[in-house]
Amino acid sequence: MATLTEAPPPLAPPAPGAKPPRRRGRWTPYLLLLPGLLWLVVFFALPVIYQASTSVQTGSLEEGYKVTWHFATYWDALSEYWPQFVRSVVYAASATVLCLLLGYPLAYLIAFRAGRWRNLIMILVIAPFFTSFLIRTLAWKTILADGGPVVGALDALHVLDVTAFLGWTADDRVLATPLAVVCGLTYNFLPFMILPLYTSLERIDPRLHEAANDLYAKPSTTFRRVTFPLSMPGVVSGTLLTFIPASGDYINADLLGSTDTRMVGNVIQSQFLRILDYPTAAALSFILMAAILAVVTVYIRKSGTEDLV
Amino acid sequence: MAFVTWFKRNVVVVAGLLTLAYLLLPNVVVTVFSFNRPKGRFNYEWQQFSTDAWRDPCGVSGLCESLGLSLQLAFWATLGATLLGTMIAFALVRYRFRARGAVNSLIFLPMAMPEVVMAASLLTLFLNMGAELGFWTILIAHIMFCLSFVVVAVKARVMSMDPRLEQAAQDLYAGPAQTFLRVTLPIAAPGIAAGALLAFALSFDDFIITNFTAGSTVTFPMFVWGSAQRGTPVQINVIGTAMFVVAVLLVLVSMAVGNRRRRQKA
Repeated sequence: MATLTEAPPPLAPPAPGAKPPRRRGRWTPYLLLLPGLLWLVVFFALPVIYQASTSVQTGSLEEGYKVTWHFATYWDALSEYWPQFVRSVVYAASATVLCLLLGYPLAYLIAFRAGRWRNLIMILVIAPFFTSFLIRTLAWKTILADGGPVVGALDALHVLDVTAFLGWTADDRVLATPLAVVCGLTYNFLPFMILPLYTSLERIDPRLHEAANDLYAKPSTTFRRVTFPLSMPGVVSGTLLTFIPASGDYINADLLGSTDTRMVGNVIQSQFLRILDYPTAAALSFILMAAILAVVTVYIRKSGTEDLV
Repeated sequence: MAFVTWFKRNVVVVAGLLTLAYLLLPNVVVTVFSFNRPKGRFNYEWQQFSTDAWRDPCGVSGLCESLGLSLQLAFWATLGATLLGTMIAFALVRYRFRARGAVNSLIFLPMAMPEVVMAASLLTLFLNMGAELGFWTILIAHIMFCLSFVVVAVKARVMSMDPRLEQAAQDLYAGPAQTFLRVTLPIAAPGIAAGALLAFALSFDDFIITNFTAGSTVTFPMFVWGSAQRGTPVQINVIGTAMFVVAVLLVLVSMAVGNRRRRQKA
């Protein structure tokens, strides 16, 4: 992220057709890759396989578990916890849309309108990261407290009546409702939307805006036909960087929500760390992983940007 | 009428600044409430101004120990992830090798997976191996998820490097080691630094993966999480505020130094 605050001047691009210098030793790349990849294989890929095998085991904590290809665990887990799955998707999707709506103007402001304030605003976007996010999430408990100024204002403006009608809030309070959880998720992942949006907006040549203006495009048309399409790579990676962590999050639902706002992350956490039902927890986690991978693959294919890495 | 025209022209600026306010509001609350003297165990309601917590930041048992542990973990995780990640980044940009696609997806997948999935599967592995949960299991996990981010940061920098600079060094009779140390490494340094900073921040602030792999070890985020259940001491806000102020000051100082150097060069 430091690259964004203080980007060094880019070096001259290599001449077309220039090949990287030839190094001696055919084994050098493999030696360079070996330790890091070994780490990822042993502590990332292998655990995923272990988990897949755990999810089809039966047994108990006392007697130990055996692989019995008990696929019914998946069915049971889904039929018992589908509300939490649906909730996770809905909350994460709402937070992603909100992040895009809130983050786009700020990214646009930094890229085109901030002038000499650009660096300062950029620092202010990244600065919250320096305070532990759990402390900041707890601060929302104060901000959204019952009878506090925010809830009072929303109540006076009859916003709470509308949100209560939609089922987002209840009993004139915001804490412990879906609205609070989505608000927390949006807040926590907003910088992950703003940074990629800014990166792709900043690359746009301002002369394109002038050209659109010269060709009698209204500002709104310029945005719709020129700016937004060119910022699509940022939109795609921003939405992924928001949706993926938000769908597996259990912190916001735990700190700002109630038992009625539990997401799939909360279920996995409590199954694993409190109830100690490892097969169910593994199955839930595996379903979440498969769902996310499917969403990511389809999304990247559809949007046609494969150079995310 | 003039206002309407002004507003139409600056609607983006207004909306952007509102978003910025939304982003910074919790930090303001954290700072203000570090001067609170709460009545009960929870520091959620404003009672009375006090500097008690600032004068005794370690006054809560376990708080500063957890902070020290988190710093220690972040340091080693940064070191490990930066070393391994930089090596991978150089191999990816500079060399041809087999199974590049598989390598790329192995690096991409940890970033494209919800943390809770990685955390749960890692815990399954540790339980199956009978590993004792604690410092070492947390460190292993932190290096694992920081690694990919370092690779991305370093790779971006190495890719924008002009290979002719190294050719020039070799033409001037620099050996491979000398070329690497005197030319390649200094140019790649900002990318490596960015990756290391990111790794440090990710490791220091990580909760979900630590929650699964820590056993009964308490890092700073774990302490905050526990306190949300038992009662939040004001000292948490003090540490949050202090970290924020120190980090912003460091960034401002480094920017000022960079500006001066650029002016001197010109």
